[in-house]
Amino acid sequence: MTSETNAQVLTLPDDEAKVKRIWKAFWVLLVLTILELACGLLIYQLDKGNPSYSLILFIKGCIVIFTIGKAFYIISIFMHLGDEFRYMVLSMAIPMCLFIWFITAFLVDGNSYRNLRNTDAGSRQYQEQELRYMPMNVPPGVENKYKAE
Amino acid sequence: MMETAAVVQSTKSVWSGGKSPFKTSYGKLMMWYFLVSDSFTFGGFIISYAAIRFSSNYWVDHNYVFNEFPGIAGNAPLAFVSLMTFILIFSSVTMVLAVHQGHKMNKAGVEKWLFLTILGGLAFLGCQAWEWTHLITGRHAVLVGDQIQYWGTTMTHNPWGPMVVFNGGLVATPGPVAFGGYFFGITGFHGFHVFSGVVINTVMLIKTRLGHFQERGHYEMVEKAGLYWHFVDLVWVFVFLSFYLI
Repeated sequence: MTSETNAQVLTLPDDEAKVKRIWKAFWVLLVLTILELACGLLIYQLDKGNPSYSLILFIKGCIVIFTIGKAFYIISIFMHLGDEFRYMVLSMAIPMCLFIWFITAFLVDGNSYRNLRNTDAGSRQYQEQELRYMPMNVPPGVENKYKAE
Repeated sequence: MMETAAVVQSTKSVWSGGKSPFKTSYGKLMMWYFLVSDSFTFGGFIISYAAIRFSSNYWVDHNYVFNEFPGIAGNAPLAFVSLMTFILIFSSVTMVLAVHQGHKMNKAGVEKWLFLTILGGLAFLGCQAWEWTHLITGRHAVLVGDQIQYWGTTMTHNPWGPMVVFNGGLVATPGPVAFGGYFFGITGFHGFHVFSGVVINTVMLIKTRLGHFQERGHYEMVEKAGLYWHFVDLVWVFVFLSFYLI
């Protein structure tokens, strides 16, 4: 009985607004995912030609931005972190800043490792490996005959 | 007499405990801190993968590794993993609606949305099982030395290396072995989180059915399970990014 009265009391107009906010977040997430997919398929199509490296990097950058947008919506709307006490949010957001160092340091490290290996620690010039084909640009006159068994 | 009591109360209240400094319950705060630490675990895995990928001259092209869809014969890059992503986002919505019904003390509503969330989680796990099976058992031609071998994608074999021309045909060479380890390791660790999330949600559903939360007067347990479930969705957003999109 108490539960019924509670439900009655708590069904205020702002309840509808809350549900609306949840569905709005869902649509935003859906649209961002579709944009990500569009970018991914665009890369797939461009790769068949000979795209410039910076163009692909730019599209990938857009995908990363969409992803961060999705993460923001999930955390602030679905997990209600936006409604929590400010200092509680900061007690988690500040340690999370470690990720800035974490990502930067390790990507730079991986990149440096590749350069060192390619040039024997800087003792020789890097030589591009002999021409190898990616699955998407099959050279003319060659068929892709070794497919799956 | 009453006044003195009130004064003692107020001078004690800030430093002598009995008050949440973050205006939230202990359990919810600890769930948040667990999720922060878990995000560093996942972050460590994904960043390690990124570092190894940056250190390689060649990496596999995900659009060719993940290009099949059950029931579709042709090439369908990104299609299956998009389905998995939509399933997980949708189950996140049903979870947040379950939490919302909990705030309203609506037992039937919590049951309904929790049930749908569990179904979503199971559907996601099923998709992942299909994808893993497909990768491990699907054989692809690889040129090893001067011989064609047929490899599945596993922790020790990667048939997605650079293509070379051999006997007038195009064939792959062995690719970086690290790919399989990272892919199965990270998606497996995430899948394990989904699995435990499904178990936790099932326990929540049973406890809701038994009326435990109604007796207690609040559905905070469902809220905490919800935080975990949204985190699983959040991690998938980044797994999706690092393995399938870029």
